[in-house]
Amino acid sequence: MTASYAVLQERAQGRQWALAEKRRVRVGTALCGMAAGAGAVLDAVRREVGSLGLEATVSEVGCLGLCYAEPLVDFQSPGGQRVFYGNVAKEQAPRLVRAHLVEGQPAMEGALATLGGEALPGVPALGQLPMMKGQLRIALGNAGHIDPGSLEEYVAVGGYGALDKALSGMAPQQVLEEVARSGLRGRGGAAFPTGVKWRFLASSPGPVKYILANCEEGDPGAFNDKAVLESDPHALLEGIVLAGYATGASKGFVFVRHGHEGPIHRMREAVQQAYAAGLLGANILGAAFSFDCEVVLVGESYVSGEETALMEAIEGKRATPRYRPPFPAAVGLWGKPSNINNIKTLTYVPPIVARGGSWFASIGTERSKGTAILCLSGAVQRPGMVEVPMGRTLREAVEGLGGGVAGGRKLKLLQTGGPLGGLLSADKLDIPLDFDAMARAGAILGSGGIIVADDTACAVDLTRLLVAFCQFESCGKCFPCRLGTTHLLEIMERICRFQARPGDLELMHTVGTQMAAGSLCGHGQLGFNPVQSALKSFGAEFTAHIERRTCPAGVCDGKYLTPERSRR
Amino acid sequence: MPSPTRQAALTTPSEALRATIRRVLASQRGPTVTVLSSLLAVQDTLGYISPQAVAEVAEFTHASVNDVWGVASFYTNFRFAPPAQHTVEVCWGPSCHVVGALSLLKAVLEGLGRTGEGETSDGAITLKYNTCLGACAQAPVMKVDQQLVGRATPALASQWLRGLRREGPG
Repeated sequence: MTASYAVLQERAQGRQWALAEKRRVRVGTALCGMAAGAGAVLDAVRREVGSLGLEATVSEVGCLGLCYAEPLVDFQSPGGQRVFYGNVAKEQAPRLVRAHLVEGQPAMEGALATLGGEALPGVPALGQLPMMKGQLRIALGNAGHIDPGSLEEYVAVGGYGALDKALSGMAPQQVLEEVARSGLRGRGGAAFPTGVKWRFLASSPGPVKYILANCEEGDPGAFNDKAVLESDPHALLEGIVLAGYATGASKGFVFVRHGHEGPIHRMREAVQQAYAAGLLGANILGAAFSFDCEVVLVGESYVSGEETALMEAIEGKRATPRYRPPFPAAVGLWGKPSNINNIKTLTYVPPIVARGGSWFASIGTERSKGTAILCLSGAVQRPGMVEVPMGRTLREAVEGLGGGVAGGRKLKLLQTGGPLGGLLSADKLDIPLDFDAMARAGAILGSGGIIVADDTACAVDLTRLLVAFCQFESCGKCFPCRLGTTHLLEIMERICRFQARPGDLELMHTVGTQMAAGSLCGHGQLGFNPVQSALKSFGAEFTAHIERRTCPAGVCDGKYLTPERSRR
Repeated sequence: MPSPTRQAALTTPSEALRATIRRVLASQRGPTVTVLSSLLAVQDTLGYISPQAVAEVAEFTHASVNDVWGVASFYTNFRFAPPAQHTVEVCWGPSCHVVGALSLLKAVLEGLGRTGEGETSDGAITLKYNTCLGACAQAPVMKVDQQLVGRATPALASQWLRGLRREGPG
């Protein structure tokens, strides 16, 4: 017997009331928190609460985005006010527990922010923090607030309401039209209109069709897909089921890179809970629609994030791209019609269905609707994850939210859109976050990764590193990519060792052009992009390395390490 | 009941390993079970893919040994010899690179007495490079066994390595 949505809501409300009476401690334990030591902090909090026999719920939450302040802990009083602490050391945790849960102090010294309740002197409201101000959270609304391991908490904030709305009152075609009307474009890098993509699948014959949610996310500098899985996995799952309903698909796969245990665990847990609650499987929420979902792991391979290589990987093979046509919407996974969507794209779908496509289309720019979910990393004051309306500038993101370059240095460049995205010089900060404006400036918004480099970085050295990444990750199927990236790397290494030969730049250009022309997927097609974009903005630095045999930034000393290609 | 000879055979390391591999293959989560999922399951349990595992995966998935080697040699996380007691991974991706991954990597290499990936001479620690450990906002990042270590410095790395050495082979 499948539960109705009303029953789920009732259960969720019951839990919320029970929780509201208790005090609660939240510890962010997503990948970034764990890397900052949140595991030990969580243990310390639990130990203290346990040994004092305190009536309090200790919850793990995902990523609030304030990664610079991890480990992040917040204490919620029965009145609902939350007091956040940043950079909490495990030694500090017991004192915070006693202050909040035993002595009932409103806030301790060093509190980062408050949320809800009365303002506390000297402690800003969460939304007033420089990194939070001006954010618009659609896909990340629940991140860092709800327990990703609890279906009830997701339902309590309206979760699965969009699915209920669709299944109880909308035809699949209507759901598809809302998504088309929203103007949503794919957030994986290609920015293809989601509604158009879904129409291709909807018009393919069934009954077996697949929705593939891509969380390979091998791009260094991008972690927002993993953050969604770790922070709000049910939101993604609801998006997948809605995509399945709209397109007439029968099963979804969430594709995650092996080794990222947190995201994998959270997603598997969510799928299990959804089955148990009648949100997956036969006759979802009592409707005539049935849909399955499974989490599939892939080995380490950057190219497996490419949509056709991803299907090969799910089938258990080497992750190499397929020829197109036929396109996946006609012949995809195991030969069945399939749609491959990015995690963020699918996570936007529940709010679009709940609030209408026009609402989403009212946010952002003319051709880039909704928000951009950005990951700030590198030499930035406040590394982390933010969500802002499309149309804001890179400057607002990097300087406003991120606080600019750390340590009082000067900004040198941004590396956006993943390793193939290339370099943007510091004078390009006024480009708006817009797929097309970014492309016109020779950059890619891509998956939202923004790596900040200060003036201690050498553009030539960083270009060599990006080329090394492309070479290391070439899947080897197309020889222009396999040999071309190797050739490019050899030349870049020569340049960094001040051993450039006459004609090396022209040679790279020839190799790069042939890679673009002769490769099946974006890896080879865009593999020359890092060099090309770097030459455009930092030509003088290349000239210094090649002609004067010096590195103006003082980075290249001929003794760098490029991890050797180790497909052993 | 197995004969005494049979029982002895079952307890040879090779037979015990085979039994473990078969158990791992049969208890995969599924429902999608493939060459890749089987290899990942073996690697998760044994820490490496032995020649025997390749043969077992081939039989289990009705694939050829060639196909299985083809998949196993493609993904960079598979290894074909048992790992050391401890594994240290260092990220060399661009986020980490621009905030000092190179000096971190140099410190780790020095601490382990190595010039690249592989096992230390005493076989205690395996060093592996990684292109992204997924916590870019805490760059530079390394991973010591299962623990991610963010905002890593050469000094912090040396401290972790000393910790592993003290712990010794467990």
